[in-house]
Amino acid sequence: MEIPYTVSNRPDTGLWNAKIGIWLFLASEVMLFGGLFSAYIFLRIDAPPGMWPHGLLNVPVGTMNTAILIMSSVTVVLAWASLKMRKYNAYWWYMLATITCGVIFLTVKLAYEWPQKFDHFGIYIKPEALGKYEQYLGNAYAAEKGLPPRLEITGHLHNRAAQNDPNIKEYEVALDPLNADPTNPEMDRPHFWPRSATEKIATIEKEDVQYATMFLPRHSAYFASYFTITGLHGLHVLGGVLVFIYMWLPVSKRLYQQNPEHLANRVEVSGLFWHFVDLVWIFVFPLFYLL
Amino acid sequence: MSLKAFHIVFIIFSTLLALGTGVWCLWVNLVEGAPIYIAGAIASFVVAIVLMVYGFWFYRKMKRLGIIT
Repeated sequence: MEIPYTVSNRPDTGLWNAKIGIWLFLASEVMLFGGLFSAYIFLRIDAPPGMWPHGLLNVPVGTMNTAILIMSSVTVVLAWASLKMRKYNAYWWYMLATITCGVIFLTVKLAYEWPQKFDHFGIYIKPEALGKYEQYLGNAYAAEKGLPPRLEITGHLHNRAAQNDPNIKEYEVALDPLNADPTNPEMDRPHFWPRSATEKIATIEKEDVQYATMFLPRHSAYFASYFTITGLHGLHVLGGVLVFIYMWLPVSKRLYQQNPEHLANRVEVSGLFWHFVDLVWIFVFPLFYLL
Repeated sequence: MSLKAFHIVFIIFSTLLALGTGVWCLWVNLVEGAPIYIAGAIASFVVAIVLMVYGFWFYRKMKRLGIIT
């Protein structure tokens, strides 16, 4: 039995079925991501001073990934237009370019950006012990300058066993530039150009620590939001790439030979999904990386 | 809405993002005094112009080819 209205318009809706379907699906996606973005905004507005990290993400890498996604939206539209003009070879190459862009985006995210965070350590100091670590926090200087209080010491954890071994009484951390030189005016603002941890090691006693963890979702509401939204977005990118791979394989050539308009319509609905996913990133990038 | 129309909407948002990133780079340069951000601002504004030109080209091309659904 043939599925009706894959190419011709359904009389009551005036559209072919898949197009109605994809827009209903995208409407539900708007609600999903809208809820998450709202949660992020309210968490940020409500965060106490000094408790919302800023400038921890790699802006140049995020910018590159944004450019890659914009490029992929262009190539998917060109793939669709090629099918409309019955140029299968051009379609094949544009689709390959789209898949490549999606794979590069995911690779950068999963093999570079996320692991960098998993490798970073943050220690929130108990309020009564803040003075003991003034040399790393520079709160007197921050107060003088009208900056928010600094409650956290960050860097690379040297003695990783200290995380789970109760017999180890202190953390040894190779400090980030801010904590290595907290009274340097250059550290007054977040740095969006990547800066690696310094050679300066701080020893922080566990009894002075309120909370210590790697930069994982449990670190803070900021990282919980970051990993949830970018993770969900990454799953959407993966889904899109898998669909594109299916439509790029020889099975699509057979469909093209039987009914080219049907394949063009399939590419159009998957292209609409891809555009939505890219549009979500257009909001993720400034919210998380820039502001 | 067709893919063509959604693509134009997407290019408009991308252009706004490029312009916003350029303004952000200028602001960071003001507070940090790092000249590298001037280069970032110029690159962002150039990308915004390229996206605008592409958007017009795409619209006219689709119209000319009659690929409007």
